[in-house]
Amino acid sequence: MAGDDLKTLVLADLHAELGAKFVPFAGYSMPVQYARGVMGEHLWTRENAGLFDVSHMGQVMLPDGSDAALEALVPIDVMGLAEGRQRYGFFTNEQGGVLDDLMIARVPGGLFLVVNAACKDADIAHLRAHINGVETIEGRALLALQGPKAEAALTQVIPEAGQMRFMDSARLDWNGVELWISRSGYTGEDGYEISMPDAEADAFARALLADDRVEPIGLGARDSLRLEAGLPLYGQDMDPSISPVEAGQAWAIGKVRRAGGGRAGGFPGADTILDQISNKPPRRRVGLLPDGRAPMRAGVEIFASEDAATPIGVITSGGFGPTLGAPMALALIDAATPTDAVLYGDVRGKRLPATQTKLPFTPPGYKR
Amino acid sequence: MKYTEDHEWLRLDGDLIVVGITDHAATQLGDVVFVELPEIETQVAKGDEIVVIESVKAASDILAPLDGEIVEVNDALDANPALVNEDPMGDAWFFKLKVDDVRALDDYMTEDEYKDHIGD
Repeated sequence: MAGDDLKTLVLADLHAELGAKFVPFAGYSMPVQYARGVMGEHLWTRENAGLFDVSHMGQVMLPDGSDAALEALVPIDVMGLAEGRQRYGFFTNEQGGVLDDLMIARVPGGLFLVVNAACKDADIAHLRAHINGVETIEGRALLALQGPKAEAALTQVIPEAGQMRFMDSARLDWNGVELWISRSGYTGEDGYEISMPDAEADAFARALLADDRVEPIGLGARDSLRLEAGLPLYGQDMDPSISPVEAGQAWAIGKVRRAGGGRAGGFPGADTILDQISNKPPRRRVGLLPDGRAPMRAGVEIFASEDAATPIGVITSGGFGPTLGAPMALALIDAATPTDAVLYGDVRGKRLPATQTKLPFTPPGYKR
Repeated sequence: MKYTEDHEWLRLDGDLIVVGITDHAATQLGDVVFVELPEIETQVAKGDEIVVIESVKAASDILAPLDGEIVEVNDALDANPALVNEDPMGDAWFFKLKVDDVRALDDYMTEDEYKDHIGD
């Protein structure tokens, strides 16, 4: 099951006890599903509360006074981030592409970052090359509790968590243990992401799982949940060759960092990215609803007609939406494509029609 | 009932061979959301990819176990692909194949041999 180099999660025994199937992912042996299966876990999370182990992700602290240095790496308004608040952002490269996406929270003592597992070593090297005092947080597990009943379940053990709103970040006590909590997630649902010392993770996870509303959820459902929510996956929907504007993430670039703003530009690839915001990027991200039941998965080429010779784009993420009850996909297409055009995905040599649609595919449940 | 290394079961029905996937395969696939069936009267060669099964996780193929002609497909799977998870060994058969000589089935595994194959 686990290769020699595969790292194991501190909660691996708990996952096994809960019936997890493990797969290698980003260098870790990760639970991909439990007995309920991907579809059942997805639907459970949309109706109740799902507990995800995302301890593979990188946790990093930057000391107070790092704002300007971080703003030189991300097109985000870091200086305007208030204490106890969190923002979504991304590291960009000189070409205007994305090196990784991340969360940035203003916490006592500095900025707390959460980065993708597959990118964390490169991200940390990148940060260290530009910022003094970068501290990687080792020995803390990261769990996400997601779903409409996440608040009810978490407040059973941490009542103060109920006062947080979407994208708040707080340090709250649980039985004398300091938990670093944000009200955020990767499912489109209300929920929390909770960092805790490894030694407390098992007891804390069991305390949540003791609640009938909470079930463990694997990576499989995490992917279908985030896709229904229209949230990009780094490495698929965004990468070093795809700009955040093309990927539909320009909303995260604060006004102050845009052309005419008080701290306009000053991040890698700023010329390209700001030009794409002002004018138009060459490609745009679009949600697609295949007309039939056949899923269109990542890599499927998109054409403007049934017989066009050259593709106008490609699906970057695709699959079946359990809540949507139909296939869904994100595609990166030529920006000149009319927004009402029916597009065709080449699925095993057949051109199947798909309709462009607004994102997300399913309505969000955030508590703003 | 005979079994292939690709986790298909083959059942003799008169002079036809009915083809489905095993419980083991259905469990491994996870929730099936789409099945693409071949056209009736298609001539197939052993090893051809003739059915596509899409689960929430991935797409996989069913191969023709023998040379022959597709004479019937299970249209119930169009409307209800989840049948593959509910009754893989029974109602969720995929197609019926007419072959020259049903004795070719003898080359495939018995149930015991298949159980050894999957390490059950």
